[in-house]
Amino acid sequence: MTAQDNTIVQLDRAVKTYAMGLQKVHALNDVSLDIKSGSFWAVMGSSGSGKSTLLNIVGCLDRLSSGAYLVEGQNVAGLDDNALSDRRLRQIGFIFQSFNLIPQLTVQRNIELPLYYLGWDAERSRERGRELARKVGLEDRLNHRPSELSGGQMQRVAIARALANDPRLLLADEPTGNLDSATGEQIMRLLRDLHGEGKTIVMVTHESHVAAYAQNRLHMKDGRIDRIESS
Amino acid sequence: MKNSRFIRNIMLGMENLWLHKLRSALTMLGMVFGVGSVVAMLSVGEGAGKQAMQEIAKLGSHNIIVSSVKSVEEESATGGQTRISMYGLTYDDHKRMQESFPALREIAPVKLIRKEARLGDRMMELRVVGTTDAWFRLVPRTVLAGRTLRREDETEVRPVAVLTEFGARKLLATRNTLGQIVRIGSDAFEVVGIVRNESGQTGTMQIPDQDVDAYIPLSVARQYFGDHFVRRSAGATIRERVELHQIIAQADDMDHVEPTANAIEHMLRRFHKNEDYRISVPLALLRQAEATKRTFNIVLGSIAGISLLVGGIGIMNIMLASVTERTREIGIRRAIGAKRRQIIHQFLIETIVLSTLGGLIGIGLGVLTPLAITWFSGMPTVLTPLGILLPLAISLIVGIVFGLYPAANAARVDPIIALRHE
Repeated sequence: MTAQDNTIVQLDRAVKTYAMGLQKVHALNDVSLDIKSGSFWAVMGSSGSGKSTLLNIVGCLDRLSSGAYLVEGQNVAGLDDNALSDRRLRQIGFIFQSFNLIPQLTVQRNIELPLYYLGWDAERSRERGRELARKVGLEDRLNHRPSELSGGQMQRVAIARALANDPRLLLADEPTGNLDSATGEQIMRLLRDLHGEGKTIVMVTHESHVAAYAQNRLHMKDGRIDRIESS
Repeated sequence: MKNSRFIRNIMLGMENLWLHKLRSALTMLGMVFGVGSVVAMLSVGEGAGKQAMQEIAKLGSHNIIVSSVKSVEEESATGGQTRISMYGLTYDDHKRMQESFPALREIAPVKLIRKEARLGDRMMELRVVGTTDAWFRLVPRTVLAGRTLRREDETEVRPVAVLTEFGARKLLATRNTLGQIVRIGSDAFEVVGIVRNESGQTGTMQIPDQDVDAYIPLSVARQYFGDHFVRRSAGATIRERVELHQIIAQADDMDHVEPTANAIEHMLRRFHKNEDYRISVPLALLRQAEATKRTFNIVLGSIAGISLLVGGIGIMNIMLASVTERTREIGIRRAIGAKRRQIIHQFLIETIVLSTLGGLIGIGLGVLTPLAITWFSGMPTVLTPLGILLPLAISLIVGIVFGLYPAANAARVDPIIALRHE
């Protein structure tokens, strides 16, 4: 494999500006970054440093104002909403701080949700849903609703859902932010295991003991990369 | 495969609606009553129309009825006791109609005389109808016993009479019906047949037969009773000479009815000094009734349309609220990779399911209502396939039209903002 093939996320002079009233805010200001396939990154920084914007860009939820963004070698900067949706559907798995499960759906159905949009048939989706629930240790909760689960269980459902489309890239936004530290540890061990299976993980966090699970720690400040630590 | 996905989408929509049972039910109510009233109104309207049509059909849709009337000039003429008022249709008119209108399939001359009939000590006032065998082809009624008039009765001047069911009951009572000799006026007639009679009135037009009718050959009526009549009214004696009171004709084709009626009028005008006849065409009445029914349907349709509109707006209102409420859900779905189009589908399907389900329940209600109306009031109602399919189609369209805006709103949701939405 060449170096190019090995890069899953590549930002080149990425700029994202928001108009706040009359003022322009540079949420991302000339950020260039290569993320290798199979690496585990933690993005750190104070609020307003641009770490969430970076995650939104990497996750194809948002578009750059200027610069280039390549996912697996393909530029997605100029893609329309439909194409970006398709990228999210096929290449990316999201894990959120507040889990973002759909409350009226059962665990099984929450996990299956991406498969529905991928056009899988019901039978195959159910099978895959069960398999993923087993992987995160929730096979006995398949018919429960999110409101009947603990925070840690909900986050594990969210992780199972993020894995449903078998993405190479997992994005996590403060995955332990709403959990107590013991549960947070469990979730981080799960993420570490996934990393061990070859997933590329980009995680936003402001807690250093959480960030310690990652190989690379990227510190953001005022929309710029402040420094990168690797272990 | 495509098909099963479609069904799956509908099932998902239903599940979502089921989560808010009360809200969905209340939202559907607008459609239920809207569609219900459309179905009920169409069937009541259709029933009323059909009743009118049946009444008119009794007159015969191919028939042209020419009646004798006293002209205005004749009505105002004075001449005291000795004057004989002469008016109306003549035997010549009948002959001319037979000769000059090939489009007329049947022509029945009618002479009407009021006479008393007796059988033993039973007595009744009859309307004696002097006519030919053509009458029974123009005014087809069920023959209950015996036969109707024949051509030979006319040519051989046979004193025979055909009674109506009503007359036969009153006059003959329980006696052996056929072959009885009945006295009409001072003459004896043999009862050869009994027919069922219709009676009633359609608009301003009297149907041709009455229940006190007795049908005798025209030649017999002429020979026995003549053309002169004496009527007593308001203390005065009115002497009249009328040859024929009516000529009923039947055209061979629906399209020939009205032109022929016009031609007959044209001919009569040439031979009659005064306007002592009147032409009525049941078909024209039928057309009028149809036009009335159409107007009626349009009015009913508009009212029902408004209630459907209100139902649709109700659905749209709830769907808009639902979109706002589910902003976060939409954001999650979008983040996972749902396209805008798929979000539109989801909400549109929910609206369509809601309105169509409401429509189906409404049809159930709308089918039961006319049945109840008929049961309690005896008013006829008719359910047509169109009367059911049309409201169903409308409810589907209402779902699409009023679902599009909320669905489009849902698709516009920005996933980043939506995910922050609490």
